[in-house]
Amino acid sequence: MSNEEPVDKNDEQKDTSPQPDVTGAPAEAGESAPVKMEEVAAAPEAAVKAEAGEVAGEPVPAEEPDLVRAAYEHPLPIRITHWVNAISLFVMATSGLRIFRAFPSFGPKIPEKVLLDIPKSLTLGGWLGGALQWHFTFMWLFAASGALYFGYQLFSRHYRTMLFSPRDLSGVWPMARHYFLFGPKPPATGQYNPLQKLAYTSTIGFGVLSLLTGIVLYKPAQFSWLAFLFGGYHLARIWHFAAMCGFLAFIPGHLIMVLLHGWENFYSMLSGWKREPGYE
Amino acid sequence: MITRFEDKELKRQSRRQLLKLAPVAALGIFAFPKVSDRLVAEGVRFSDWAAGALFRRQHYAQTFSNSEVVPFEKFPYNGYDVLDPEVDLEKWTLTVEGDVQHPGEYKLAQIQALAKINQNTRHVCVEGWDVVGAFGGARISDFLTLVGANTSARFLEVECADDYYESIDMASVLHPQSLLCYEMYGQPLDRKHGAPLRLQMPTKLGYKQAKYLDTIRVTNVLKPGKTGYWEDQGYSWFGGL
Repeated sequence: MSNEEPVDKNDEQKDTSPQPDVTGAPAEAGESAPVKMEEVAAAPEAAVKAEAGEVAGEPVPAEEPDLVRAAYEHPLPIRITHWVNAISLFVMATSGLRIFRAFPSFGPKIPEKVLLDIPKSLTLGGWLGGALQWHFTFMWLFAASGALYFGYQLFSRHYRTMLFSPRDLSGVWPMARHYFLFGPKPPATGQYNPLQKLAYTSTIGFGVLSLLTGIVLYKPAQFSWLAFLFGGYHLARIWHFAAMCGFLAFIPGHLIMVLLHGWENFYSMLSGWKREPGYE
Repeated sequence: MITRFEDKELKRQSRRQLLKLAPVAALGIFAFPKVSDRLVAEGVRFSDWAAGALFRRQHYAQTFSNSEVVPFEKFPYNGYDVLDPEVDLEKWTLTVEGDVQHPGEYKLAQIQALAKINQNTRHVCVEGWDVVGAFGGARISDFLTLVGANTSARFLEVECADDYYESIDMASVLHPQSLLCYEMYGQPLDRKHGAPLRLQMPTKLGYKQAKYLDTIRVTNVLKPGKTGYWEDQGYSWFGGL
């Protein structure tokens, strides 16, 4: 524990407060306040000791061979926003493509040059009006989820685990060489490797870009200053599309990596707990 | 931070945390078309409410110099049915009804006698294309003053010679850039662009810009399912920019 960063120590202090109900009492008794989700992180440790102490009546050895290592990688707000985002992005992209189909061009209306013929089967909403209904409904969900995500990341400083920073730069190439050129695997130092940080941080950028350009497309007159920032209504439509392309570039790679890393890794985004993480 | 668990305990903690995610599963309701159709329609109603609350009459749509206007022949003709409903331009009058002091028939000359506004603004289609055009006409607000309309009423309804119909929130109607448009590119409106009179509101999407105006009505009540040709099929009613 000595090598932990200050932020984690804070968590720890909070977590080591007495937790009488975690093992002995039924689960429901400890469930009253939502704040408790953070306490779970260290409570089991205390619980295990207490349990062992009851049985053996003597101090617990520091390392039990049959114990499982686990890390609480994804706090509840992160998991909620991850899945709400996954659903929202699916709806926004598929309905967005249906909207794009109504005028699949970034040029003038006359003469209209079709840029992309998007198959109807890849789209949602049935027709332009239907797609707009989906888009105008899920944009709120996407925005709310984004606000919750940002609020939580800043408040909890959890972003330190995933935000790409200049000192991660040197780790990008070794990781890329491992992924794409079968190079040696660099040792894991934290929850995410530099390439993961780069990818996740980029998606935050795509999210912000898609939201801001979406506001311009939705209300260019009311938010004329924002339209001006993006070079006007017409350009904002291109930026909006580009943001989606960014997501579409990220998602397949993300899904492939999830598939390659198996169930425990996937399950951690549902339960928060990563069993036997590859770092100390 | 690494924690050590008994296997059973880790499984229990994981299950507990998993259950806390259950509310997100409620979004699965959108997989049922019967429910989702209604939910996304409500989503648009909420968006329209927010758009109405956000609308500011002093926020102007961008205007453009003459050199930025597309040539007339590159300004698309758009209609839902026929492009020329063969309005008798000689006998045409605008019928004014509803919550006004002077209802009746108004000639084009009476509208042209009001202060003339020329503006180069962007016409934005819900499909995604946009085109900058040159428009001339009278402010709708000036005409409403002329007919003694109660501008604290909520809506302006319009009916058109091609049986198109629309309704617009009063705040947008009273916006200084909202015109009863009788000219494009300095010429009288041509038949396919809506002669003799159309709406031109750069704070609204194209489908709100009804052409070939026949009747306007100031009212506080809209008939459900009769709020606008496209709106009744699912487009946003507010349709604002």
